[in-house]
Amino acid sequence: MNSTTSLNVLTPLDLASPEAGPKPTKSLVARGSDLVAPAVQLARLDAVKLSSDDDFDTFAARSGYPEFSPASLEILQVNMGKLCNMTCRHCHVDAGPDRVEENMSRDTVDAVLEVLDRTGAHTVDITGGAPELNPHFTYFVEECVSRGKHVIDRCNLTVLLLPKLAGLPQWLADRGVEVVCSLPHHRARNTDAQRGDGTYAKSIRALEILNAVGYGQGDATKVLTLMTNPAGAFLAPDQAATEQQWKASLQRHHGVTFDRLIALNNMPISRFLEWLEDTSNLEAYMQKLLDSFNPAALSGVMCRNTISVGWDGWVYDCDFNQMLAMHATDRAGERLHIANFAEASAEERVIATARHCFGCTAGAGSSCGGATA
Amino acid sequence: MSEYYKPEHLARFGEIKAGSPDLAKKFFEWYGATFEDGALTKREKCLIALAVAHSEQCPYCIDAYTTGCLENGSDLEEMTEAVHVAAAIKGGAALVHGLQMLEKTQKRGM
Repeated sequence: MNSTTSLNVLTPLDLASPEAGPKPTKSLVARGSDLVAPAVQLARLDAVKLSSDDDFDTFAARSGYPEFSPASLEILQVNMGKLCNMTCRHCHVDAGPDRVEENMSRDTVDAVLEVLDRTGAHTVDITGGAPELNPHFTYFVEECVSRGKHVIDRCNLTVLLLPKLAGLPQWLADRGVEVVCSLPHHRARNTDAQRGDGTYAKSIRALEILNAVGYGQGDATKVLTLMTNPAGAFLAPDQAATEQQWKASLQRHHGVTFDRLIALNNMPISRFLEWLEDTSNLEAYMQKLLDSFNPAALSGVMCRNTISVGWDGWVYDCDFNQMLAMHATDRAGERLHIANFAEASAEERVIATARHCFGCTAGAGSSCGGATA
Repeated sequence: MSEYYKPEHLARFGEIKAGSPDLAKKFFEWYGATFEDGALTKREKCLIALAVAHSEQCPYCIDAYTTGCLENGSDLEEMTEAVHVAAAIKGGAALVHGLQMLEKTQKRGM
């Protein structure tokens, strides 16, 4: 597949410019880091000395899940690729403007749609990279909307300022797409620390644009959700208490509004893992995740009601497992792929886990929908 | 002097129950309840705790409430302002005693 030429929305050259989006670092791939290999990441996590050597499955078993398996499928999460106009320090996808190869083709999009017609999933959660940069993004959204699905666009906000995507907010609003936008903090410092200088100002501008087309004003067909994750080695805040504070702050300082806030922990993988290692925070962070294990957060973690589809059609239990190449498999041990996907066998699978999973069960719990406990 | 101020003592705070489990239980229950959301939010209480930790000059408390503030959504600017409040009160408390000095001086002096 020649993805480079198929990316007709923007050339990688456009995206690599500082104007296209803040870039506090480069992708692990661009820097030739050994963390590019998922096996290296998993080995580094396993090597961390913690107060308990029990693995995630043992913790789950003690909490009432002798076998960690899914509930019924509700959400199809589709990662359209790793291309992005930003290079945030904590990115678990290792996305960036240089990731031009790993982006979903039209054939794979059609295979996803075909599976969508056969499953009970009510929601299509579109992520990336910046999924809006995939040339098949609008086609995919349109097809999902026409099937009556709730569609979520996981948006980095700054991408909406690219001149070539100027019409996108209105287009999404017209189709009732929920936008879930990354904003680490309601003030500038922590936002720019995680996502690069200038991110906050651009994000506020993008929120103004979303507000102007009707998002974030209590209209159930134009839901604007903000997603916070910590700018550092600590857990996410309580999302309900924080939401009120954010709403007041963003309204007072910038006159922008949003509908709800979700709070996610950072998973210790990819570029966040690199940052934890570089700053000698890894051991303390992993111990914190372990100490904060919350059995009540377990039932609602995303891998239990979601399947995650990668740019090349492989199926995973979640977006994090996807980045670690931990494939979802059926009972026979066969890797699941969108081309031969059967909901029944997917629901009978056992979820693949490793130490990074403690990130989703720490504190109030953490999943793509926010807190789980 | 190495027996003083070991960072690992913070995580082991609970071991204080060794000499009196009943009193420790009462203390930790009361302590936990104090930091629950109430008329003040948990976030506001953590900022107060951070400020008091500095005026008390307790390294354990500074450690605990730096993390506590971050995990409740505060950032460095808010936390620095809280520490300045503590410092201002501490400085003001020293300086306002100067009135005692002033009055004494005025009484004794010519």
